[in-house]
Amino acid sequence: MAKEYSFYPGCSSQEAASSSNYLKSVQSMCDVLDIKLNVIPDWNCCSASIGYCGGGELPRLALSARNIALSEQHNAGQDIVATCAACWLATKETQERLDHDAGLMAETNEALAEAGLKLKNETKIRHMVEVLIEDIGYEEMGKHVKKPLDGIKIAGYVGCQTNRPFGIEGESFENPKYLDKFIETMGAEPVEKYDKKVSCCGGALAFSEPEKSQALIKDIIEAAYDGGADMIVTPCPVCQMNVEVYQDKINAKYGTKFHIPVTYYSTLMSVAYGKNGKESGLNGQIIKAEKLEAIAGK
Amino acid sequence: MSDINTGMVEKYRNNFLKEVEANVEEGDWVKMCMQCGVCSGSCPMGPYWDHPPQELFMMIRAGKRDEVLTSTSMWMCTSCYNCIVRCPRELPITHIMHGLAHYATRLGIEPKGQPTRQFAQLFWDNLAKNGRVNELWLGVNLYFMNGLVEGIKVAMGMAGIGFGMLKAGRLSLKELVGGHTVKDKKGFKAMIKKAQELEAARIDNAQ
Repeated sequence: MAKEYSFYPGCSSQEAASSSNYLKSVQSMCDVLDIKLNVIPDWNCCSASIGYCGGGELPRLALSARNIALSEQHNAGQDIVATCAACWLATKETQERLDHDAGLMAETNEALAEAGLKLKNETKIRHMVEVLIEDIGYEEMGKHVKKPLDGIKIAGYVGCQTNRPFGIEGESFENPKYLDKFIETMGAEPVEKYDKKVSCCGGALAFSEPEKSQALIKDIIEAAYDGGADMIVTPCPVCQMNVEVYQDKINAKYGTKFHIPVTYYSTLMSVAYGKNGKESGLNGQIIKAEKLEAIAGK
Repeated sequence: MSDINTGMVEKYRNNFLKEVEANVEEGDWVKMCMQCGVCSGSCPMGPYWDHPPQELFMMIRAGKRDEVLTSTSMWMCTSCYNCIVRCPRELPITHIMHGLAHYATRLGIEPKGQPTRQFAQLFWDNLAKNGRVNELWLGVNLYFMNGLVEGIKVAMGMAGIGFGMLKAGRLSLKELVGGHTVKDKKGFKAMIKKAQELEAARIDNAQ
């Protein structure tokens, strides 16, 4: 029987949005693993980590509280699962803060009442990689591999928000291993000692302060090349975009010759599970993941 | 100086720490800082900050109100959470940085030209309009935030990336008109308005 979850896709996973290819590959992966994602009806933006100029603490908490309340109403009893690092983090932070502060909880419910909602705050908030590790398990993940990703060396770039401050149970903040294990389970080879594994790509500052962020991104890519990587893989939509799309700009500024594909863990899994390029979201790559394309076919 | 700012100066006199504790998100943690500097050393944008977190905490305790609230430093927080997980006293430093930035904005004394301040405001306005982010307008507004001439220059520089995203199906011109939205926009906006009112009342009444 399918495992069911209350799914919070988030803004970047919407149709024709910046990580719509992530959602595509997640759907293919979940199809194979018999995971059913029930979208939270009428979910809203979580304000990521950058809404704080215009949005005060309470309005930002209300955003995530609305999503949790909608989930409790429509997908009762199901854990909330997010694929985006920022969505997961903001929702989990809201749950924790409201759980610790009765005053904020009362005010949040007063605000939610304006939208006809009430928060119980009893729902577990999880990231998709937690579902894979804890509910599916590496062994089961490996059983479905039809086309092992032989001969591909991959730098597992975990980044920030899937790792800090909550992280994944049993993993360290400084050197989490789960992404490397995903890579291995799919038959590819992880870069050992990838020393920018948990470094920051600049997040939203890639938009507002591009030079500073691109200096960080340059180091992340350089370390992947140093480790002999053919490609980079990440669990975060912001990491994926920042590390993939600015490579030409970085090359122009620093005289580097970067041209390395950056995909999601779910892209790897979808391809290894025998899905084609389109089903795996490979057509969403700006820098084509040619080695994955060769395995996936058209 | 804005009225609310004048009001707060009068209310708290020289006790800026007390003001921060009462009015800034997670501000009651500031007194717990033991000045070890791990946060400052862990910050990816640290070299660009005039005052890294540890220094801001000391300045708050020393009553350097204007220097703290008008600083560009905390606006360069990338929300990487390195500081939070490494702080031996477990201060929620990222949230305090966001809180200080927001409080400065509330008082009207934030550094207006700081680019991440501008982007953070655009992001909030964007999501508050329809309940979901419209990535196309977020990009357009970002490129043109410093006026038309500068905007055209920035937009031309970014055109390659934009076309790449369009071609890859990760950006849609359909977002120009309408675009993604929550269905219950009325309820959504009423909720945000109520939350803003409750928060404003709490801060105005803070002792």
